[in-house]
Amino acid sequence: MMSGLGDVVKGAAQIAQAMGVTLKYATRRPVTLEYPEEPMAVFPRYRGQHMLRRYDNGLERCIGCCLCEAACPTGAILVEAAENDPGNPRSPGERYAKTYEVNLLRCVFCGDCEIACPTEAIVLTQSVPMPQRNRANFILTQDVLLEPKDANLVIRPDS
Amino acid sequence: MDWVELLLIPAVKSLVLIVVLLLGFAYMTYYERKFLARLTTRVGPNRAGPKGLLQPIADALKAIFKEEFVPGHVDKWVYIVAPALALIPALVAFAVIPIGPDITIFGHTISLYIADVNIGFLYILAIASVGTYGVILAGWSSNNNYSILGALRTAAQMVSYELPMGIILVSIVLLTSLSTGVGSLSLVELVEVVTPDRSILHWLWLWVAFPIFFICMLAETSRSPFDLPETENELVAGFQTEYGGIKFALFFMAEYIHVITASAIMVTVFFGGWQGPFVDTLPILGVFWFVAKVILVLGLFIWVRASVPRVRYDQLMSFCWKFLFPISLVYLAITAVFVALT
Ligand code: SF4
Ligand code: SF4
Repeated sequence: MMSGLGDVVKGAAQIAQAMGVTLKYATRRPVTLEYPEEPMAVFPRYRGQHMLRRYDNGLERCIGCCLCEAACPTGAILVEAAENDPGNPRSPGERYAKTYEVNLLRCVFCGDCEIACPTEAIVLTQSVPMPQRNRANFILTQDVLLEPKDANLVIRPDS
Repeated sequence: MDWVELLLIPAVKSLVLIVVLLLGFAYMTYYERKFLARLTTRVGPNRAGPKGLLQPIADALKAIFKEEFVPGHVDKWVYIVAPALALIPALVAFAVIPIGPDITIFGHTISLYIADVNIGFLYILAIASVGTYGVILAGWSSNNNYSILGALRTAAQMVSYELPMGIILVSIVLLTSLSTGVGSLSLVELVEVVTPDRSILHWLWLWVAFPIFFICMLAETSRSPFDLPETENELVAGFQTEYGGIKFALFFMAEYIHVITASAIMVTVFFGGWQGPFVDTLPILGVFWFVAKVILVLGLFIWVRASVPRVRYDQLMSFCWKFLFPISLVYLAITAVFVALT
């Protein structure tokens, strides 16, 4: 009986202590990151959504060689090449990518496409694929890839 | 007494009370999510409306428009009636709680309670036990072993914790006889007559009962750390496994309104109900004090939820029978001696 009473006192003290701890945290600033409004900090090597790069003169880097398509382990990339019009070229090579699509639902963000590309046309940016309301929007078409939207990101200072 | 006082005023009062309670339920969920979030250094809902204030409406719309189906193997009518049976007792228990002093509008004196039942405490105890039917019938009609097990556990928990709660209420009734000479079961009388002329000793002794009563209320309303009726981890979802959409939400509505009612009872019994500064000059202020006190007690419920881990079922039962029950009996005995001596 006496030890039981001691347990009660000890238990009550522990509960009081626990409640003190939670109350202490109530005065702290929330650590929640309100992502689209507040910038998110990522590591520089973070692999996010894809981007197709251009040369400084505006020509597309991609020459439609399909090496990325071959390197992709999940078959997420679709490239269809076409011959360049010599008078109005889209890429400096003989060919350019007529269709270039990345299926984000299949991509595992391994970065193999980036490594395979001879012209460094396809790169993975730090931007996080945004949630979509429609499944079709997860297939990134060329116009999405060529002009990626700015994501609210910063590179982590501690990296 | 004309028809205005006989019919119109009670009807309007009931309507207002129901609307306020339903709104109170909605904003109780908001309050809980916000406060819990702050206790765990999160922000909580802040997307729907300014500061997330429309979140309860968004939740309600979602629950209502969720796909509604009744599993084929259930006992259909009981299955549909059960959530309502859980909800109604929580609503009607409020009828005997005074939320303010009498006020006068257009020459009519309006009392701010639905009914001054002179067996108020008994009424609350009786109504509280009806809520158990909703749970049992939900579990039984679901025709699912998990549900029936969950329902029986829940019923056992509710019935067990009603005992110490009842004993504490009896002690409080005994204590009221210190002020009035005769013990009163009426909550209206408790606030209007008993609360102002309590002696210090009387208050202190009353406060000893508060932790016991509060623990009983936590278990009775199946709040954390006694939220075993939810049984997420052992019995999938206990008695509500087969429920979805708005029918599932009704059980939680019942729980939250129950919590509000429990807070109101505690405010009435321990915190002096609507009594507060300046009520004598401006009676309507009593409602304000009452609501403020209820919000504080609700905060206590949420604070406990954030701090104390859930207990195991056998701990729950042995805690009630081996600890709370004897303690409340001892409290009753001491109160009786105390009252007899003074
Ligand atoms: S990151 Fe990997 S999976 Fe994704 S497209 Fe490139 S190669 Fe394919
Ligand atoms: S992105 Fe690179 S690897 Fe892929 S087709 Fe274009 S040039 Fe070739």
